[in-house]
Amino acid sequence: MTAASLTSADAPIEVPLKRRLKQAERARQLKALALVGPLLLFLLFTFAGPIAGMLWHAIDDHEVRQVLPQTVAALAKWDGKDLPDENAYAALAGDIQSAREAGTIAVAAKRLNYAQNGFRTILTSTARNLKAMPEPGRARETLGKINPAWRERATWTTIKDAGGPITGFYLLAALDLTRNADGAIVSASPDQAIYRDVFGRTFLISLGVTLLCLILGFPVAYLLAALPAGRSNLLMIFVLLPFWTSLLVRTCAWIVLLQSNGIVNDSLHWLGIIDEPLRLIYNRFGVCVAMTHVLLPFMILPLYSSMKAISPAYMRAAASLGAPPLTAFLRIYLPQTLPGIGAGSLLVFILALGYYITPALVGGAADQMISYFIALYTTETANWGLASALGAVLLLATILLALVYGKLVQGQQVTGGMKN
Amino acid sequence: MSDASSLRTPSQRIAWTATIVISTLVFIFLIAPILAIMPLSFSSGSYLTYPLPGLSLRWYDDFITSPRWMNSLKNSIIIGVASTMLSMVLGTLAALGLAQWKSRFKPLVLAFVLSPVVVPGVITAVGLYFFFAPIGLTGSYLGLILAHTALATPFVVITVGATLQSFDTNLARAAASLGASPLEAFRRVILPLILPGLASGALFAFATSFDEVVIVLFMAGPEQRTLPREMFSGIRENISPTITAAAVILTTVSVILLATLEGLRRRNERLKGGSG
Repeated sequence: MTAASLTSADAPIEVPLKRRLKQAERARQLKALALVGPLLLFLLFTFAGPIAGMLWHAIDDHEVRQVLPQTVAALAKWDGKDLPDENAYAALAGDIQSAREAGTIAVAAKRLNYAQNGFRTILTSTARNLKAMPEPGRARETLGKINPAWRERATWTTIKDAGGPITGFYLLAALDLTRNADGAIVSASPDQAIYRDVFGRTFLISLGVTLLCLILGFPVAYLLAALPAGRSNLLMIFVLLPFWTSLLVRTCAWIVLLQSNGIVNDSLHWLGIIDEPLRLIYNRFGVCVAMTHVLLPFMILPLYSSMKAISPAYMRAAASLGAPPLTAFLRIYLPQTLPGIGAGSLLVFILALGYYITPALVGGAADQMISYFIALYTTETANWGLASALGAVLLLATILLALVYGKLVQGQQVTGGMKN
Repeated sequence: MSDASSLRTPSQRIAWTATIVISTLVFIFLIAPILAIMPLSFSSGSYLTYPLPGLSLRWYDDFITSPRWMNSLKNSIIIGVASTMLSMVLGTLAALGLAQWKSRFKPLVLAFVLSPVVVPGVITAVGLYFFFAPIGLTGSYLGLILAHTALATPFVVITVGATLQSFDTNLARAAASLGASPLEAFRRVILPLILPGLASGALFAFATSFDEVVIVLFMAGPEQRTLPREMFSGIRENISPTITAAAVILTTVSVILLATLEGLRRRNERLKGGSG
């Protein structure tokens, strides 16, 4: 009836109606946006803003600029080939005088020491021994006498490079790279080049844990998907209970189990299998076992839902067409679980990459992953630039993997929809 | 297809048996560590190993009489409840909005809203530490509540969003056509129907905050230490049976949360089964 009255309506009425509908729709969209708005603003303040701030710290380089402003300005004109001219020396002497009064020498010294080991001593000894402003035209001579480092080009290059306002120094350092005196990017000296090793270790542990989760999780997911709903729901408790148990409780449990006078070692000793307690914890083994335990449910759940979506009819069809069970499994069943395997593996891998608590508690010094160093440089040594740069690399890796994961899950939903 | 009765060839039966054996071992691997530490909390001795010298409640007594542990439990509850309430308000509003919003930017906005789950805890914690320290929000309850709300809200958006997806919008239209104001329609028609979804979201949010330790590690002062944070230092320093008592308390909370959630899920399925 409504349809009839609409079609019989005159054209002049139809146009305003269309417009009115459009307006109503626009109002609805605005209302929807207004509902999402508070959360977006909240996350801007408590999540996106802080992370953007961290990324800024990775390239921010204001310390030297702030403490030695005249020197930085004088060095801007320096070509970097020979020693800088007398002006730069005079500027440095002036800057050091005023920084000593303001008590800010240490700020610049700390930053310059990151770039060149021992720079702290150069700067503080100069500040201590430079009693008064050198006579005009004799700044170079005076400073060179106080510390011969001022007669070296590299010392000045370090100041110029740290002159800010932004720098690639920390990001390069996070990848074990640095700039030499000529400005070319080269490998960092071996005693400072540890981060590629840490990233490699993080990657290897994550990969190992992902593979372990896949190997252990696949049969369980298969069993849960194959059993009738009543029994699989019951068994699901074994997966969900650890999933919901606090990470700290589970980590604590592994320490109690695996420590040298722990339950596992005691039992093995009691059974006469070992005489000396095995070293099961505070090493790579303990980290992998505890992390696999924590992350296994994240593998089982996506695998289970992808297996649950596979219609049994396919396997029956394969069997009726004469495929042996193994062939049917490998060629019909397994390919259909691939999206689930991909999603579960990526999820576990992404979560493992950022792990901090478990390795910190059950790992040795050589098993600490990248998150440990980010935390260390933030709270202990307060090298915020390096902490942020390492964080930026980890964040980039996570975002790239999460994008792949998003595409994978989306594709799965599409194919799942087609099957229904 | 693979119920034991339908397996015809011997090789299929072997494969099925192998699946069961491996799965059983994995189930033991998953559950045994959690079960193994529980009895230790009732030990009368102070060594964390079996056999127990005797049973006692001394470690629970130790927990209850220790101001440090009790304060941490109180903090966990305060921060958990406050961030759950805040994330429920923000998350439910956002889920309602996202359900109606049609735009090509929607996947982008959704990805942004869900990103706190994916970004490693240390990165969020470091960012918040830099950002909150200058404005005096480190070492404060407010800072921790805000941070935990950011982490918990995605779970609210997901669970409430899923409930709204299965919600029949014609019911809201029917309410409106019968003269209900939007607020009345929400209170008397929409809310009762999405309530189980809201409850699940609240449980997820609370569990997220109750379990969180990385952000607390960076941001909490000595006054705001939560239960997991206290356990972290306890494990670092020396593992006393009091920690196992704390672990049992934490696990009990998890089991209650999980059981409630499972009950809600079953109820929801029953309701859906009844209507379809």
